[in-house]
Amino acid sequence: MPDSHAIAESAHETAHQAGHEHPSYLRHHFESVEQQADATNFAMWLFLLTEVMFFGGLFTAYLIYRNWYYPAFVAASHQLSIPLGGFNTLLLITSSFTMAMGVWCAEMKKKSGLVLCLVLTLILGLGFLGVKTIEYSEKFEKHHVPSYHYSLNSFLNPDSDEAAKASGDKPMALDMARHTEVYFSLYFAMTGMHALHMIIGIAILGFMIFRAQAGAYTSGHVTFVENFGLYWHFVDIVWIFLFPLLYLISRH
Amino acid sequence: MSEEAKHSEHEHHIVSPKVYGAILVALLVGTALTVWASYVDLGVLNPIIALAIACTKATLVVLFFMHVKYSSTLTKLTVFCGVFLFLTLIGMTLADYISRAWGQW
Repeated sequence: MPDSHAIAESAHETAHQAGHEHPSYLRHHFESVEQQADATNFAMWLFLLTEVMFFGGLFTAYLIYRNWYYPAFVAASHQLSIPLGGFNTLLLITSSFTMAMGVWCAEMKKKSGLVLCLVLTLILGLGFLGVKTIEYSEKFEKHHVPSYHYSLNSFLNPDSDEAAKASGDKPMALDMARHTEVYFSLYFAMTGMHALHMIIGIAILGFMIFRAQAGAYTSGHVTFVENFGLYWHFVDIVWIFLFPLLYLISRH
Repeated sequence: MSEEAKHSEHEHHIVSPKVYGAILVALLVGTALTVWASYVDLGVLNPIIALAIACTKATLVVLFFMHVKYSSTLTKLTVFCGVFLFLTLIGMTLADYISRAWGQW
């Protein structure tokens, strides 16, 4: 250990003995717990703004291509299941609620309540990914995943496809039918990036459940739970826009 | 230190579970409404209504679940700047696309 560090350490020790009291979680470069919480909250929001720009680019691409290749986007969106998408929306909105309740439990120093809320949020998140897996596997089965094996069958010959037939789709010209691949590219890019955010969130939730059981967030220091809550709600908001834009607006 | 704590810009506000519950119900009603509206043929209004409902839901989440309603002016300004910048960028992109003959082949 370098000498200067040792001196700083011992000076720190002396200061603590001399009545420089503060909670263990308050970093020394902050004046107060409140200032530390405000700064961390601000940083989290700045990160979320970069995320808004990231997903915003995808939404803009979707908006422009949907206007260019409108018939292809309408027919391709008929391939998505509204019951499954709607059910996933319920799961995600409820998980946002349980997360918000988790933040409340942490603030009220209710340890078991916090653990319960985090576990429920984790289960609802996993449920969402489970339903997404069912939806994705159906796309693989029907060769609706953009690739060399992409199949135009549902769009050139809608009577052969249950979903297309139910929506009353008319056979499409080949050059327009080919643009359904653009829809599915954007579908997989947007829902895939959203699912990746969910997976990262679920991993952090798992970590938080262990820490919460050890009482880490119920001793007055709730910043981590609060900021994770912001992230989780942001992911919820992305889905609130994805669901109508991908599943609903071309349905009637 | 306790003196300085009082200089903090805002008191830490704890949102009650009742508010969270009310927002959950509002979000679920909004979801039901948007699914129902999508089956009614309203022409160009369909995407507009869907986006209006989605924006309302997102605003509720930001204000209450994300505590922005009870946050400091700095947080409120940050959120506003983000939304404003996003809309500006979308607006500029669209201005470019609709003022050219791109995609008209």
